[in-house]
Amino acid sequence: MKHIMIYGASSAMAKQVAHLYAKRGDRLTLVARNAEKLETIKSDLETRYSAQVKTIVQEATDYDSHSTLFEDDLPDIFLIAHGILTDQDKAQSDNSYLLNQFHTNFFSQTSLLTHAANAFEKRGSGTLCVIGSVAGDRGRMSNYAYGSAKAGIEAFCDGLRHRLSKVNVGVVLIKPGFTDTPMTAHIQPKGALWAKPEKVAKDIVNAIEKNKPVKYTPGIWNYIMFIIRNIPRFIFHASRL
Amino acid sequence: MKYTPWGNFPNTQENSVPLNWTGSPLPLVSDSCLPRGLGRSYGDSCLNSPGLLLDCTPLNHFLSFDSEQGILKAEAGVTLQEIIENTLPKGWFLPVTPGTKFVTLGGAIANDVHGKNHHIDGCFGNHVLRFELVRSNGERHICSPTENRELFRATIGGLGLTGLITWVEFQLKKVTSANIDVETIKFHNLKEFFEISEESKNYLYTVSWVDCLATGDDLGRGLFMRGQHSSDGDFSSKSVNSQSPLNVPFNLPSFLLNGLTMQAFNTLYYNKQFSKLSKSKQNYNPFFYPLDAVRNWNRIYGRNGFLQYQFVVPHESGQEVVEEIFKKISDSRMGSFLAVLKNFGKIKSPGLLSFPREGVTLALDFAIKGPEVFQLLEELDKIIISNHGRIYPAKDARMSTEMFKASFPNLDEFLKWKDPNFSSLFFRRVMGETKI
Repeated sequence: MKHIMIYGASSAMAKQVAHLYAKRGDRLTLVARNAEKLETIKSDLETRYSAQVKTIVQEATDYDSHSTLFEDDLPDIFLIAHGILTDQDKAQSDNSYLLNQFHTNFFSQTSLLTHAANAFEKRGSGTLCVIGSVAGDRGRMSNYAYGSAKAGIEAFCDGLRHRLSKVNVGVVLIKPGFTDTPMTAHIQPKGALWAKPEKVAKDIVNAIEKNKPVKYTPGIWNYIMFIIRNIPRFIFHASRL
Repeated sequence: MKYTPWGNFPNTQENSVPLNWTGSPLPLVSDSCLPRGLGRSYGDSCLNSPGLLLDCTPLNHFLSFDSEQGILKAEAGVTLQEIIENTLPKGWFLPVTPGTKFVTLGGAIANDVHGKNHHIDGCFGNHVLRFELVRSNGERHICSPTENRELFRATIGGLGLTGLITWVEFQLKKVTSANIDVETIKFHNLKEFFEISEESKNYLYTVSWVDCLATGDDLGRGLFMRGQHSSDGDFSSKSVNSQSPLNVPFNLPSFLLNGLTMQAFNTLYYNKQFSKLSKSKQNYNPFFYPLDAVRNWNRIYGRNGFLQYQFVVPHESGQEVVEEIFKKISDSRMGSFLAVLKNFGKIKSPGLLSFPREGVTLALDFAIKGPEVFQLLEELDKIIISNHGRIYPAKDARMSTEMFKASFPNLDEFLKWKDPNFSSLFFRRVMGETKI
């Protein structure tokens, strides 16, 4: 039985990941900002799987509280799943909105990863996992405020993985493509490339299991993003992607 | 977005928003909204164009389960399949189940579903202990047989029109096995059906398949199935899930279903059993949910879809009426593969608009091949209404305003509790309203 801590536990992907771990009998600590939603998820996991679930209410941008998560009862796996989809138009016209987005989508992740990494490094075991995005692979006019935060997370994870490779701690970056979650509910219609959070969750658990450094989910995004990354700039700029 | 009901008729463009948390306020709507689960209603009771559909499937959290008392509290989007998979291994089964497990709890209440044990256990609504209802004005009510009793009664069988059910607490049934000991008995006509029904009253589950294309001496021939939970203590399931390997990948061309193929099928089905009585042990999946094994079976009726017609008439006129209707269907040569026939029992549901009542009920499908089907069903309606019967709103896409108003005597009482901002295509149709 492992101990899994999930940050941003009320997100659709995180919920599905929690189901998979609870089903196989692992112990969970769920962190999110909304107490009511956390309680609902806890009851669900307890009722369905008789799972052992602890909840912690925390705001991701309340940086001072981050270290408290790793004081005792250190998890074996720490998954960071919170984040918000940035409104690119608003980010271009409202500077304080733009900066706040980086608090939620980048600074908070780096702060949490640093606290967790230090604790895991000291212990000499464990896996850190962050949900990034294919949007981080190349800045595009339609969502580079969001994408650049995710790109930052990727570089941060690269470095962290390098550092922790010396002590047997894994760092796994998940890059989901389009996923049908409440975060993207407003985007209609949803075409064939859209994946269900259940599918993404399976890929997350597998990637952690196999300690994959970077996992595109579903796998087809490997190829799509390979092409997007390699389109010459003069062609890329002719598009409105 | 395209949302079709199970019968693929009517075809509408619907707007839908997902509801993710029971505590969130309802979305503000300019016209009307309607909760939707898995869309297994056959007709327009699960559609609301140009209004809004509230997609309740994300509300699928289990909240608590008392495995001593068999009381489950769960959100309205939890499916019957999930419930069975969770509670049956602990010895608890659904108190009442329809012929598919791909429906939500909210849908089971909104349509006050019934099953093969109606004569003993009544409807789903008879086993509901309480639920929370959110009204469009933001009020939240806990409804039970004793608390907010009127809203409780209006919501059970209320077709989603009284507000949004967020969570439900209900009583499960203690069972001794996931298997059913089944006896299948051939009957040659309706008279025999009623005789066997009478002598099978103490069996928990009874249902019959009737060949409604048979004529003359064979009119009303069929197979009567009766069963009880086995005593073998085996709670495993032979899984029939949504990922079933059998699937109808697209709408079949409608010429595949014609008088000849259906007659051949029915004759084979009837004759698959030679002896008068046969006994078998069946897992609950094939017993309760034979059609769940074929995903999208509704597509066999082709692109134009089909109408399911289920009526109930009181016992006083039962046999004659069913016979008359069989004759009409058999003459028309438009009826389905098989019809399902069952006696409903005395137990009254709390639901004001609940469909079941004491009597005999028959359900069958009609592929929509042209206007003749609608004419035929109009004729059947007249027979049913003159015999104080009614048809099942969850399966309807065509009944007239007169038919609806005449067959649901509690309608006026129900309308007092309907939420002014909840509506459906069905409701507007049967109330004769053209606007929302």
